[in-house]
Amino acid sequence: MRTISFPRMANYHVPIEFLLKSLLPGERVLPAPPVTRKTLELGSRYSPDFACAPFKYTLGSFLEALQEGADVLVQTAGGCRLGYYSEVQRQILWGLGYKFELVNLGGNEFGPLGMYRACKKLGCTVGYGRAAYYFALAFRMTAILDELEGYIRENLVFERPPGRFESLHGEFLNELKNVTGFESLRVIGGKYRRLINSVELTQPEEYLRVGLVGELYSLMEPFCNFYMEKELAKFNIALKRLINVTYLLFDKKRLASRTLKEARPFLKYEIGADGTDSVAYMKLLAERGYDGIIHLKPFGCTPEVNAMPILQNISAEYKIPVLYFSFDSQTSETGINTRLEAFRDMLEMRRKLRAK
Amino acid sequence: MTIGLPRALLYYRYSHLWENFFTGLGCDTLTSPETNKAIVAEGARCCASECCLPSKIYMGHVRWLTGKCDYILVPRLEGFGPRDKVCVKFNALYDIVRNTFKDAPLLDYDIDHKRGRGELAGFLRMGAKLGRPFFKTLAAYNSARGARQAEERLAAERQDSLMRARPEVTVPKVLIVSHPYNTHDNMLGRPIAEHIRRLGAQPVFADQASSAECARLAGEISPSLYWTFNKELVGAIKLYEKNIDGVVFVTAFPCGQDALVNELVMDKLKHSTPMINIVLDEIWGDAGIQTRIESFMDIIDARRLKYENNIIPAHG
Repeated sequence: MRTISFPRMANYHVPIEFLLKSLLPGERVLPAPPVTRKTLELGSRYSPDFACAPFKYTLGSFLEALQEGADVLVQTAGGCRLGYYSEVQRQILWGLGYKFELVNLGGNEFGPLGMYRACKKLGCTVGYGRAAYYFALAFRMTAILDELEGYIRENLVFERPPGRFESLHGEFLNELKNVTGFESLRVIGGKYRRLINSVELTQPEEYLRVGLVGELYSLMEPFCNFYMEKELAKFNIALKRLINVTYLLFDKKRLASRTLKEARPFLKYEIGADGTDSVAYMKLLAERGYDGIIHLKPFGCTPEVNAMPILQNISAEYKIPVLYFSFDSQTSETGINTRLEAFRDMLEMRRKLRAK
Repeated sequence: MTIGLPRALLYYRYSHLWENFFTGLGCDTLTSPETNKAIVAEGARCCASECCLPSKIYMGHVRWLTGKCDYILVPRLEGFGPRDKVCVKFNALYDIVRNTFKDAPLLDYDIDHKRGRGELAGFLRMGAKLGRPFFKTLAAYNSARGARQAEERLAAERQDSLMRARPEVTVPKVLIVSHPYNTHDNMLGRPIAEHIRRLGAQPVFADQASSAECARLAGEISPSLYWTFNKELVGAIKLYEKNIDGVVFVTAFPCGQDALVNELVMDKLKHSTPMINIVLDEIWGDAGIQTRIESFMDIIDARRLKYENNIIPAHG
């Protein structure tokens, strides 16, 4: 029996673990431990100097997984440097003397079919029809997870007293592990949708609305952005975020030409990876009268650096402030909180000035 | 009519194509001068601080050209095939320039494999925008493309003949592996090549090797590499492996591709030839770079001496 492991991002290890367990019933599936400071330190010790933060985080996760006895690692791919991660990381880990197999789901192996083929190579005996069923179930699970987390994100600020959302969210993640089929997923999803929707919300008279745009990993992995979403909720700021895994896997491709059209007149062409989405979404939120935008990216993320001059122009045209954050292994939480506080104060002052 | 060509990034790859094409259409071309400190400073001022150094230099060249010509050529590249991508900087170059210099008149063409847009279609559209007749544009493009291919072949042959010279009678050869916009830039790679020459070695350039052959050979070093420009550079190491005495990687800070690719290649080939990775940034420190190159050349000389005396085996 082999141990299959993969790096964590936010809470998506739940559907991925479910999928791998269903496809490879004979193997042990062990998601890498949750991302901590140690993960980042381990990862950046062995990473190339100016590799981006997600590279360092996932390398650290692999190291932690290998120390816990993993012997098959899974890495995915994307439109920028992400597609090249697996080869470099494999080389680095081999150089450190680890024995393992790395499954690369990038390039021609991107998507469910590639993942199924990779599982076949690992000895998966599940047939095509059954595998398609499991994929559909895992995608549905991801969609429900994204939906409920989206609701929590947007309403966290209105919850008085705070804490109920968090405990419900934890229970929901726990119960997702008991899913066996569409029916049980529907029941669990329905139960928590009801519970979460019935949490009492008090709409304060004054609150700020801020949109989060930027690179996917630093947006989605709360450790990477120092739990910014929770911090902002404490600041009386309601959040909106477009990027989640459901969007990236399905909607992004389907809506690509619409996204580009929405980004006009600021863009004529796509600017790579999720840069176009950042521009289009910021423009949308600016048109809806949001108070400010926060742009997150790892240091040196080219697609998001590409978007910056354009975001700056949107900011000037719609008179909406933007706060830029770059995350690296040396980023300090205090620095981020100070800047967030100053940003909040500035937004509040603008609010008051406009009200006069 | 004058078309401005910024002497940065893709210029070093397509200059023959562009110059011949626009001359064929009856336009004048104005190329910005060699990079100097003022251009870099001006470019850095127009950019987000996290942009890579070559892109800052590019912006400086565009800035120099504004107001001096009727159009500035800023192409947009997405990729040449499903496994032949370019850095996403080239995806966005046109929009970055357009958003930075709002009044600058830009001329663009788009190479996008995903949307099925090729070079020919892009050039035909440019010809139409400049008001030139279809067949004249087509002829100009064809002859320009021929000129570029001939020039590339010539450069590859020149380099190959250097390589064919018997090793024992020649000076050490050092392969410079870097993007052409670094290698041949006045401020970035050229001082390094000159210094190598001053120290009595012959610099050879990865970007001047036959690109088709290099792209093929790159797969032997890194099978999942999907950046065309990096493939062509990395493949040259394999192509010239037996003829060179050392490899100098030159990276501009913070190049996303080179950060990963060079690291991987250096790790995989660490037992073949001496290698050094030089990272260039806006803080020009000639002395530091010269010291590093000098000590690198010392290593090469020591190895050659040992080869001649057969002290170490050929693979060591």
